[in-house]
Amino acid sequence: MAVGENQQAGVRRGFATHLADGVRRFFHGDLWHSFTRSPVVMVSAVITVVFVASAIFAPLVAPYDPFDLASIDLLDSEIPPIWIEGGDPRFLLGTDDQGRGILSTMIYGARISLGVGFASVLFAMVLGVGLGLLSGYLGGTVDAIIMRIADVQLTFPAILIALLIDGLSRTVLPRDLHGEIWFYVLVLAIGLSFWVQYARTVRGSAMVERSKEYVQAAQVIGIPPLLIMLRHVLPNVMGPVLVIATINLAIAVITEATLSFLGVGVPPTSPSLGTLIRVGNDFLFSGSWWITIFPGAALAILVLAVNLLGDWLRDALNPKLR
Amino acid sequence: MIAFVVRRLLQSIGVMLAVGLIAFSLFNYVGDPINNMVGQDTTLEQRQELRERLGLDDPFFVQYGRFLVNAVQGDFGISYRHRRPVADLITERVPATLELSFIAAVLALFIGVPMGVYTGLHRRGALSQVFLSVSLVGVSLPTFLIGILLILVFGVMSQDINAAVGFYLVPQLPTFGRGDTVQLGWWSTGFLTKSGLLALILPSITLALFQMTLIMRLVRSEMLEVLRTDYIKFARARGLTNRAVNFGHALKNTLVPVITITGLQLGSIIAFSLITEQVFQWPGMGLLFIQAINEVDIPVMASYLMMIGFFFVFINLVVDLLYYVVDPRLRADKAVSGGHQ
Repeated sequence: MAVGENQQAGVRRGFATHLADGVRRFFHGDLWHSFTRSPVVMVSAVITVVFVASAIFAPLVAPYDPFDLASIDLLDSEIPPIWIEGGDPRFLLGTDDQGRGILSTMIYGARISLGVGFASVLFAMVLGVGLGLLSGYLGGTVDAIIMRIADVQLTFPAILIALLIDGLSRTVLPRDLHGEIWFYVLVLAIGLSFWVQYARTVRGSAMVERSKEYVQAAQVIGIPPLLIMLRHVLPNVMGPVLVIATINLAIAVITEATLSFLGVGVPPTSPSLGTLIRVGNDFLFSGSWWITIFPGAALAILVLAVNLLGDWLRDALNPKLR
Repeated sequence: MIAFVVRRLLQSIGVMLAVGLIAFSLFNYVGDPINNMVGQDTTLEQRQELRERLGLDDPFFVQYGRFLVNAVQGDFGISYRHRRPVADLITERVPATLELSFIAAVLALFIGVPMGVYTGLHRRGALSQVFLSVSLVGVSLPTFLIGILLILVFGVMSQDINAAVGFYLVPQLPTFGRGDTVQLGWWSTGFLTKSGLLALILPSITLALFQMTLIMRLVRSEMLEVLRTDYIKFARARGLTNRAVNFGHALKNTLVPVITITGLQLGSIIAFSLITEQVFQWPGMGLLFIQAINEVDIPVMASYLMMIGFFFVFINLVVDLLYYVVDPRLRADKAVSGGHQ
């Protein structure tokens, strides 16, 4: 009993020092160094953090709640931004056709866009890494089947696969059910269209790791294959996966926006940035350009910032480029 | 070689059968096909008779086989919404999509390759930096946003802009539909009328921009790679002109991957034309498909699925075979490993 407690304390102390070590190493490491050297990357990081933070704390940040029907007045519809004649100081970026403030709908829209984006990247990552590990570690028939499916899927562009899955689910599921579970359908559609990249990367590294001594040692002492994969191989193949995930976040956000723009993504009752752009597009010719241009700009800036971060991360983690 | 071709052919057929299976299941198991065809006052006996006549009571694989045979003959059934054969609908729409995609591919290639060569040769030039920044924006801006921006500038605000600067700076361009078309047999072309050509400008730029940046980045990185090789250094040591080295040796050796990727990108141009068609209400196959999804018009969805599947499988097959023909190293590897066995 006492021994057990001692061991636990030891583990805890070990963990704390490990963490402190890790933090110290991070701030003295190459990654942090190259981060502080590049103003573009720092600006991108700030933009990304601002977007993510305002998405998480949307109810606190947004001037109005666009879903609160009591606060919406149809008389306020299509007011231009405040620096244009006819602007209203209550609405910094103007209002849409229903009298909702553009800034508020954008903040809530970014919340949904980023939510779908993060969730589908996570889903694609778990699926892809899992299948890649199985494929690379087990080899043989499992490997052949998984990689054949991956090959076939790579023949089609990701956006088309996402569109097909989302479109099919729309026809298969009853309409009101789809209205409730659209989030999961979208995450499934976008996630399924991106898993191949992870699987291929992880498979390659897992095949290399499989023949190393620490894996053989684990096999010899009788650890079951599943545990070896998760506890020993997985940590050693995760590096490139994180880079892919960053770049994929940008692609996932674009894919969601595109699907929503085509009218098959997020329903208009809880609009994402893409839905806002689609709705606003109808008002382009009546002169109310701000309804579509501001969400569009927000989307472009967000994607650009995440892309720049991903590019930097890829170069910074690539030992060949140092 | 023959083994390779046969294996690739078999694989393609397998993929097509799988796509066909999805399309067929969609057809048969989403809703009741009989309900979709008849009115409310049809009696149960009439329904049963129709069911037997259409063979809907047959075993699964018999029905699937019949579906495939029909599909190969171009018979995809009748659209629920338009009440016309799907094959006719698609034949009407194909020229619009193919003309748009063709122009976009030409634009992407003839602007993207020179830009890539330039940025590869003048790595640190100011113009190269401009090209690269523009390409990053091109990658980050979703296709539909580029289209909306172009519509805003050239469709909505062009007169205001011209009035503001005082001269004719921004032309007013059509932002909706194909303009006038001329019928050549079953093919309707927009190439022969002024309004048809004008209508092509904005959609084709929208569609081309992403592919252009992709091709530019590809050519650039390939050029950088090739310029580092020994045979380029040797060519310079022999005193060949820059022109001969850059274009005769370097560019020529970058072209194999460029051809492959461009070939594969042809498929994604057609896929992305779906978005462009939606933005500009271009009456092509993509617009038909999007409408079909929203209206649950299953025969149209199923046949689009089959067509696009066939198209991609075909392109991939051709590119794979071309790669084999163009790149002698692939054949050499095979020959060596064959010799060892």
